[in-house]
Amino acid sequence: MNIIQQIEQEQIVRLMEGKAIPEFAPGDTIRVLVKVVEGDRERVQAFEGVCIARKNASLNSSFTVRKISYGEGVERVFPLYSPRINVEVVRKGSVRRAKLYYLRDLSGKKARISEKKRGFGVLGAAGSRKAAKAAKSAAAAESRGAPDEPQGE
Amino acid sequence: MRTGLVAEKLGMMRLFNEKGEHVPVTVLNVDHCQVVGQKTQELNGYEAVQLGYGQGRVKSLNKAQKEFYAKLKIEPKKGMQEFRVSSENILEVGLELKADHFQVGQFIDVCGTSIGKGFAGAMKRHNFAGNRASHGASVCHRSLGATGQRQDPGKVFKGKKMAGHLGAERVTIQNLKVVQIDAERGLVFVHGAIPGHKGSKVLVRDAIKKQGK
Repeated sequence: MNIIQQIEQEQIVRLMEGKAIPEFAPGDTIRVLVKVVEGDRERVQAFEGVCIARKNASLNSSFTVRKISYGEGVERVFPLYSPRINVEVVRKGSVRRAKLYYLRDLSGKKARISEKKRGFGVLGAAGSRKAAKAAKSAAAAESRGAPDEPQGE
Repeated sequence: MRTGLVAEKLGMMRLFNEKGEHVPVTVLNVDHCQVVGQKTQELNGYEAVQLGYGQGRVKSLNKAQKEFYAKLKIEPKKGMQEFRVSSENILEVGLELKADHFQVGQFIDVCGTSIGKGFAGAMKRHNFAGNRASHGASVCHRSLGATGQRQDPGKVFKGKKMAGHLGAERVTIQNLKVVQIDAERGLVFVHGAIPGHKGSKVLVRDAIKKQGK
């Protein structure tokens, strides 16, 4: 790891203090709460739409959100680690691509994304990646503790 | 006028400031920068500070250089650089200069060697417009066009901008702001881009146009 990557990592740690970014992937509907300054007061503005792309590049990570506003497609790119945003996942979508740029050419019913109901990262289920990992390691520890017990009981 | 520093360009990254805006910065590494000599009015007719920078290899030093460093009792340096200073700013030999030589918020001038572009056409080298892409243009889309007049003067004037070698020359960028300083690691974070490739040597001075302000 060179020194620039090191500094970036440190900055990520500092920016993430007291803040958590939920897991979300392209296809998910997300609500981004953006702090905007109007004159001398600050308020929160929500931008809700489909995440159509994510860029994973350490501190330079970003994601693109697309929504239809008054019949016009609007896209915004947010820096993932920006201290001015908060992300909420509204709905998980089931898609088969990492970049959903094809949505730009579609509208109406064709631009729908079906909901993801199972697999990793499904809302409300114990299916999030971290939970799955924890469950798996717990199970592994248990089986190691009692190797004589038959499995599946 | 204070002395400048010799630094190594590490590359570019971004910083988030307290407003949450990202600031593009170039990271400069000030590595083993130490005063190795003085030039004085009496002896040399001008005043300057001689800095050594980096860590040199004993193997690659010649005898004269070895003697020079042995006399000063200083670890061998990768190279040396002179900075003109005013008489009150002459520094002791052996003094080590760190990144905190500069302050956050101050303006600096940075000198580097730009990235070599080789033999470049007039469009890239002088921002010429080139010729048309269509309407019968034939094998001359990026050409520079006419170079002169008619039988009189009958020659191409000297200094005509043409294709040729571009880059790999000394470039100074003035009035760059210091965004952050990491004295522990010897890093200076400078707002914006700086000439040269990663790992290249750059000279950092107080901004000449901001002095006395």
